[in-house]
Amino acid sequence: MCLAVPMKLIDIKNDGFATAEAGGPLQEVNISLIEDPRPGDYVIVHAGFAIEKLDDKEAMARLALFDMHGQPHQSPDK
Amino acid sequence: MKYLREFHDPATAAALAKELAYAGNSFARSGRSAVIMEVCGTHTMAIARHGIRSLLPPNIQLISGPGCPVCVTEPGYIDTAIELARRGVIVVTFGDLLAVPGSESSLANARAAGARIVVCYSPAETLRIAAQHQNSEVVFLAVGFETTIAPIVSTLEAASKNGVKNLSFLTAFKRVIPAMKALVSDTSNRIDAFLCPGHVSAIIGVEPYQEIATSGIPCVIAGFEPIDILQALLKLVDMVKNKEASVINLYSRVVRQRGNPKAQELIDTFLVPSAARWRGLGEIPDSGFSFRETWRHFDAEARHGVRIPEGRQYRGCLCGEIVKGKIPPEQCSHFGRKCTPESPVGPCMVSSEGTCAAYYKYISVQRS
Ligand code: SF4
Repeated sequence: MCLAVPMKLIDIKNDGFATAEAGGPLQEVNISLIEDPRPGDYVIVHAGFAIEKLDDKEAMARLALFDMHGQPHQSPDK
Repeated sequence: MKYLREFHDPATAAALAKELAYAGNSFARSGRSAVIMEVCGTHTMAIARHGIRSLLPPNIQLISGPGCPVCVTEPGYIDTAIELARRGVIVVTFGDLLAVPGSESSLANARAAGARIVVCYSPAETLRIAAQHQNSEVVFLAVGFETTIAPIVSTLEAASKNGVKNLSFLTAFKRVIPAMKALVSDTSNRIDAFLCPGHVSAIIGVEPYQEIATSGIPCVIAGFEPIDILQALLKLVDMVKNKEASVINLYSRVVRQRGNPKAQELIDTFLVPSAARWRGLGEIPDSGFSFRETWRHFDAEARHGVRIPEGRQYRGCLCGEIVKGKIPPEQCSHFGRKCTPESPVGPCMVSSEGTCAAYYKYISVQRS
């Protein structure tokens, strides 16, 4: 029951819901818990509710750490 | 899906795994040991699925904690839900609770015997059910941590705005931080570091963990992909090794410093922290929520004149020890014999996030 998945908001409706997709058919997602939802936003959905937005910049920054180092440091004894 | 693929990248994961094994071995050579607890059931699942335990040397132990709401729900709660269903109430529940054994029966059995028990994916569905059955009482089984509490309270707000009269909530809400504090202060437990839940933190933010870090236990908040978890374990091993303890948020793509203020305000409008009973951990002050006085009419216990008893634990089930991280499932004599996901003896085997279920599905399979 605790599973939460990232989804992309497609269409914002004015009843507190949005349609969203995660690779499959469109789903209805409640967006009343997040600020300023917009089409194209990625959100984390849990129990039918978007609980938080995914922050592009933060995701990219973390991934960039790997790109920069390529391989994390090698162990001297290998 | 964006953000899943990237944090799944096998080459990066392999490089991190190598680095973790190296850090683990160098720590091992120092002759010290560390016990790291993953608090959240979804982490337990992910760690088992990706075989992450096998990357760690024996002196770094990764133990599972109490972060599966189904597993820490007491049998008395199930008994009360069944009692309400027997009285003709329509009981709406997350699917995970169906097979959890109560003292005598389960919701699945009660449903087979004719009780009106409806499984939902989202608490928002209860509004539709209540509207369709205006002449019946509807009770939602409101279990969960902060991540689930927010959607439930949002549903409550909608019910109150729309003047819904036939809906109430049987609550067994749980708060993560007080439970972590209780685990740390129990001196018979050894925990050197916490891998902290990602989606609970999306609601509560980073700051509440500070208190735990201040008491000397490093905390890292992480997402659920292999790269997230490997990175977090590296940081934790590093902090334990250097005898540092701070709170690090590695899931900043979702978790903000102050969490989700909108969700926090909503929770605070309806609920107030109160003591809660946890299977295995007993009663912990402030580790749950109850309704504020103004909203008592939504409390199924008050409305239907029932009181959740402790209930009877299943003989020989060691879920209580397992949620404290004291023993791994293999030490329970029922594990994989009398107790399997098809025929669970205890809640830790029922929920897909339960430690016993995760071990059964992934670890015992790997061994056989
Ligand atoms: S294996 Fe089954 S009986 Fe044993 S602790 Fe886990 S859930 Fe309980």
